Amino acid sequence: MRNRAQKFLAAADAALAGRSIRGGTAHIYALVRLWHWANAAAILVLSLTGYLIGTGTPAIWGMASGGFLFGYIRFAHFSAGYVLSAGFLLRIYWALMGNAHAMQIFCVPLWRRCFWRELHHEIRRYSFLAVEPERGLGHNRLAQLAMFFMFTQTITFMVVTGFALYGQGAGTDSWQYKVFGWVFSLWPNSQDFHTWHHLGLWVIVMFALVHIYAVLWDDVVSRRSFPSIK
Amino acid sequence: MGDATETFYGVIRRQGITRRSFLKFCSFTAASLGLGASSIAHALETKPRVPVIWLHGLECTCCSESFIRSAHPLIKDALLSMISLDYDHMIMAAAGHQAEAILEETRARYKGGYVLAVEGNPPLNEGGMFCIDGGKPFVEKLTSMAEESMAIVAWGTCASWGCVQAAKPNPTRAVPIDKLITNRPFIKVPGGPPIAEVMSGLVTFITTFGKLPKLDHQGRPSMFYSERIHDKCYRRSHFDAGQFVEEWDDTNARKGYCLYKLGCKGPTTYNACSALRWNGGVSFPIQSGHGCLGCSEDGFWDKGSFYDRLTTIKQFGIEQNADEIGMAAAGVVGLAVAAHAAVTAAKRLRHRPDRPAHKGKPS
Repeated sequence: MRNRAQKFLAAADAALAGRSIRGGTAHIYALVRLWHWANAAAILVLSLTGYLIGTGTPAIWGMASGGFLFGYIRFAHFSAGYVLSAGFLLRIYWALMGNAHAMQIFCVPLWRRCFWRELHHEIRRYSFLAVEPERGLGHNRLAQLAMFFMFTQTITFMVVTGFALYGQGAGTDSWQYKVFGWVFSLWPNSQDFHTWHHLGLWVIVMFALVHIYAVLWDDVVSRRSFPSIK
Repeated sequence: MGDATETFYGVIRRQGITRRSFLKFCSFTAASLGLGASSIAHALETKPRVPVIWLHGLECTCCSESFIRSAHPLIKDALLSMISLDYDHMIMAAAGHQAEAILEETRARYKGGYVLAVEGNPPLNEGGMFCIDGGKPFVEKLTSMAEESMAIVAWGTCASWGCVQAAKPNPTRAVPIDKLITNRPFIKVPGGPPIAEVMSGLVTFITTFGKLPKLDHQGRPSMFYSERIHDKCYRRSHFDAGQFVEEWDDTNARKGYCLYKLGCKGPTTYNACSALRWNGGVSFPIQSGHGCLGCSEDGFWDKGSFYDRLTTIKQFGIEQNADEIGMAAAGVVGLAVAAHAAVTAAKRLRHRPDRPAHKGKPS
């Protein structure tokens, strides 16, 4: 009975990081997995289009009326941004309504002694000094830390600044500007937000690198998880 | 100069201008402000002319230069008829003690009833010694005149944001006016300089209605600063089509493609250049083939090259932009990941994976 409950929870946590237990009861957490992959797709689109928007495309020939390339790139960026934002809201809802593990990427218990002990162990494990993973359930503490500081924080920042910049184009009377335009009182020149929004892209790229590597590494080394791509 | 009880209408009738011409002027100005012509006509017929004190601090006088080129309304009308410009040492006839006496007189006679227009800003370091005006630090003149003013108009980026004299490291500690005076109605008209018609249009509005127009979050008049250069740029279709100038002298530049990749700051700059244009609607920087510098935005002088889209980030010691820093950081992470993978592979080659490594801590 206890074993089953553990398996159940492990499936829940694993699904969150893009991992899953073969078979099992993962279907309950289809919501989180759906979020994960919608999120991943949105981030892929956002990163590629975002980079192009920041640097510009190679020149296209012909009449301006014949092409809308940059327009389509920006459209893809904005659409993916909406998908990401809606998904993020859904994920916040799930953090509140789901089990304790659903809250992991939003709340890091820095004040708990066991957190630091487990974190220390996990660092030893990634430094090849220890072999066995400390926690059986949920994200390990190192992953939780990375999730919170590199993913959750960055995505929040990107959503807020993204909508604020979108609001500039949509006009000062648009709801995006009314809801998110307050950020421009922090830095009046929106040029700064373009710069920070761009830096955010690179934080996400770094996160994705570490995230994908850690999933594969953990799968190979501990055989506890495997990519849910299957 | 003028009698405060005299109306604008009275003055221009005395000068021989017909009522028909007067109404024409009202329609022009109303159109540029987005208002009804009748309200302007009514106000100009009934309201007394507002005295304006125009101070010059640490500046280059480009705002005045711009202002005197106003075409709608003609600067002649604005200066000689609409407002009672009691003090502006660039264009006033009086000099020396007579000129300075006007300040005291206006301050006493029109308590809370005059508009204080400020061009340039006060440097605060060394007790304001970097800008001496009439034998005293400019900052003293500014604060004393601001106390009794009805409203303050900050002309240009100097008065609004600080501009180049406030650029890092800002040795004179030049500050925008609203950092110094916080208790008066305040309007920012940024730009280096602001467009002539924006300036004269605002003067018309303030003197006509005796109040400030609707302002945005940053204290700028919404009627002129609610849209970016980019939003009304005539090269916008090239931006949407993905047609960019790559080099200043390439074919694309000759074809008039978008200057985005050459660092045009149009997408982040709120101003009316692309709508009103300059010199009576002749042109504006982008139309002349050069990207927008973003001169009406805060800190434009400290954002690195005018010819890069991405701001230079100086905190890393060497000048880099977000992309270069991001790629370098991602490269480091990539190398770390690769190294980690290599170590893992090496360890697994030495120890078969099926048995736990002997060094492992028992769980």
